[in-house]
Amino acid sequence: MRPYPILFALFVSLVPVSAPAQLPEGRPLAYITNEKDNTISVLDVLEGEVVLTAPVGRRPRGIILSQDKKQIYICASDDDRVEIRDADTLKLIRYLPSGPDPELFILHPDGRTLFIANEDDNMVTVVDVPDQAVIEEIPVGVEPEGMGLDPKGNVLVNTSETTNMAHFIDTDSLEIVHNTLVDARPRVSLYTKDGTEVWVSSEVGGTVSIIDPNTYEIQHIIRFQIPGVTDDAIQPVGVRLTDDGRYAFIALGPANRIAVVDQKTKEVLKYLLVGQRVWQLAFTPDQKWLVSTNGVSNDVSIIDVEELEVTRSVRVGRFPWGVVIR
Amino acid sequence: MRAPLRYNPLAPVAIMVCAGFFMGVALFVVVSAEDVSARALSQEELDERIERDKERRRKRQERQKEKGTTLQKKVTLTVPIGILVLEKDIPPALSNLDPIIQREGFDGARLAIEDNLTTGRFIGHDYSLEKVFVGKDEDPVAAFLELAQKTNYIIVAVPKELLLQLADLPQSQSLILFNIAAQDDSLRNEACRDNVFHIIPSRAMRADALAQFLLRKRWTKWFVIRGVAPEDDAFVAALQRAANTFGINIVEEKTWDKIADIRRTAKAEVPLFTKTAPQHDVMILADEQGLFGEFILWHSWQPRLVAGTQGLRAVSWHRNHERWGAIQMQSRFRRQTRRWMGEWDYGAWVAVRAIGETITRIQKDKPKDVKDYLRSDAFAIAAYKGIKVTFRPWNGQLRQRILLSAPRSMVSVAPQEGFLHPRTPLDTLGYDRPASTCNLNPQE
Repeated sequence: MRPYPILFALFVSLVPVSAPAQLPEGRPLAYITNEKDNTISVLDVLEGEVVLTAPVGRRPRGIILSQDKKQIYICASDDDRVEIRDADTLKLIRYLPSGPDPELFILHPDGRTLFIANEDDNMVTVVDVPDQAVIEEIPVGVEPEGMGLDPKGNVLVNTSETTNMAHFIDTDSLEIVHNTLVDARPRVSLYTKDGTEVWVSSEVGGTVSIIDPNTYEIQHIIRFQIPGVTDDAIQPVGVRLTDDGRYAFIALGPANRIAVVDQKTKEVLKYLLVGQRVWQLAFTPDQKWLVSTNGVSNDVSIIDVEELEVTRSVRVGRFPWGVVIR
Repeated sequence: MRAPLRYNPLAPVAIMVCAGFFMGVALFVVVSAEDVSARALSQEELDERIERDKERRRKRQERQKEKGTTLQKKVTLTVPIGILVLEKDIPPALSNLDPIIQREGFDGARLAIEDNLTTGRFIGHDYSLEKVFVGKDEDPVAAFLELAQKTNYIIVAVPKELLLQLADLPQSQSLILFNIAAQDDSLRNEACRDNVFHIIPSRAMRADALAQFLLRKRWTKWFVIRGVAPEDDAFVAALQRAANTFGINIVEEKTWDKIADIRRTAKAEVPLFTKTAPQHDVMILADEQGLFGEFILWHSWQPRLVAGTQGLRAVSWHRNHERWGAIQMQSRFRRQTRRWMGEWDYGAWVAVRAIGETITRIQKDKPKDVKDYLRSDAFAIAAYKGIKVTFRPWNGQLRQRILLSAPRSMVSVAPQEGFLHPRTPLDTLGYDRPASTCNLNPQE
């Protein structure tokens, strides 16, 4: 067995070291966390090429950009902290306290308040980024994960996987104002651009619930049917909504597909075949391209949003989990 | 490309020399990647983490006190849940280094009660746990009846005969019992009861899970070695049924009935015992008490792998299990108990969560309503198996993926890909509706 890590190291070492020290400028770059490799891959989305692979903390999962897009924040789940890195050099700037096992997080529009879901601890940790201090821990349901903020930043919607709820949290008082029961194992929550709907994916329930944030009632439930794929394998996780209100893209996990849904009518328009166990999604800033992380096939798929077609897949590290694009 | 490298000690060196000067950081990353990610906490780390958790909880409570807020909504429903566990027989110690956990199930139930309360406090539902441990010389029926006065839902870890006795008591007719220990297939067939749900997989489910896996490996010639206990008879029957279903050839079935301490005799006895068996791909053991099985490995005449009650086992939970969020569950359980979760703990967790999930959804706590919901298509919970777990309406058995685990690695998960079923692939394991002689829900 000994030669393999070395061969692999040789292979890996060739990639980052031979890559340009300077990341390409003025083009969309996708930052992808590789959960099992403890690295992130930087992908030139238009070229479809990994331009840099860099070591980060243990079990990297959630990844977001700072408001000025000059820094990336990474949940290093097994290190129980958040890493802030320079988006150009990927050098570590500093750590943030996060509470145990941070999984997903979201930055408040104020640019300084970070809301972190602590999966292991039934808690949402609220952190002030410049002060590097925990402001509050909000007890939520069992295994919190999804984090969605309304466009104004007044309400945070957190989902808890085992409690099966979407918790609506007032970002001012940091208290839960309402809980809405959804289908089993809710993973991701997201507001529409206009703030009138909250989309919540239920992985084991196999559905996406659309909640009215004023009444907290579920208004619509999207279900999926794919010929040749059993219902059990249809497990919605990542959700992305185009700002123009046209499309919703929903990653269906081991169904290996992304559903394209009409944001208005909630009809499924198309299923796009991608890699295995597709979880998280991100748009390029112009929303012309969508990138999906396919955990089991160790690659990402790049989707042309206008044509609704998968244009290519690119190999990254092991178990790509999160993705953000700047 | 790779094969020669494996045996040439100079090859790695050569590569190191070629690549060494620019490998630096990358090598470090790769090597360290081998042993990171989700390694279990050591006892010391566990203690530290438990202390940190306590401290955080204390601070949080202080903050809440200061703020004067409480998360608890006004309680509108209170649901007590009972668990009754019978003292386990301790078989003679052989190779089993793991402690026998008496009261197994209590901790799983306790964790699920906490999970139910976490959910319940948002909607004003309160849960409590009544634990009863019955010693070998105590009267389980009396203990059960006392418990039955306090709760409508009782989780039981008792053998089949006692389970039936308890389920048939007049006082039990308005209760729901959750079986987390008895694996007997008869309880899912002719001896099924309307007031009993089975969380623990039956022997048939386990045998089918093994058979599917071994069929995929094309290891279809089995040499079955069995003990003399009635449970071993039952497991052999399940193996025979699985062999029939999946076209497996049991080339020989042999009974180990020796009573000498196998630790001393294995070297001499096992080669002789296994020598006469016809050509086989794998040895399948039926030794539920663990009286000899571990010692078949390495002593057999032919070098063959072992599965069944030892070696590769088909289980509902194992400390190897880490997929589908299970790692969270393992971590929470260990932090609460300082030990690994067992099958009965998992069963008790599922039972309490099933009750909680049902009451959360239907907002009623009458056993009749809960029973109807549990058997309906509407019921589903996520139980760290990647797909929802549900109940078979015809016999009350929990549908679930079965883990195929070696002592230190998760080998596979059943049902195997390609084993299809019109309802769900999970129904390829155990007694499907047409095969089951139990029919609790004829209208489905």
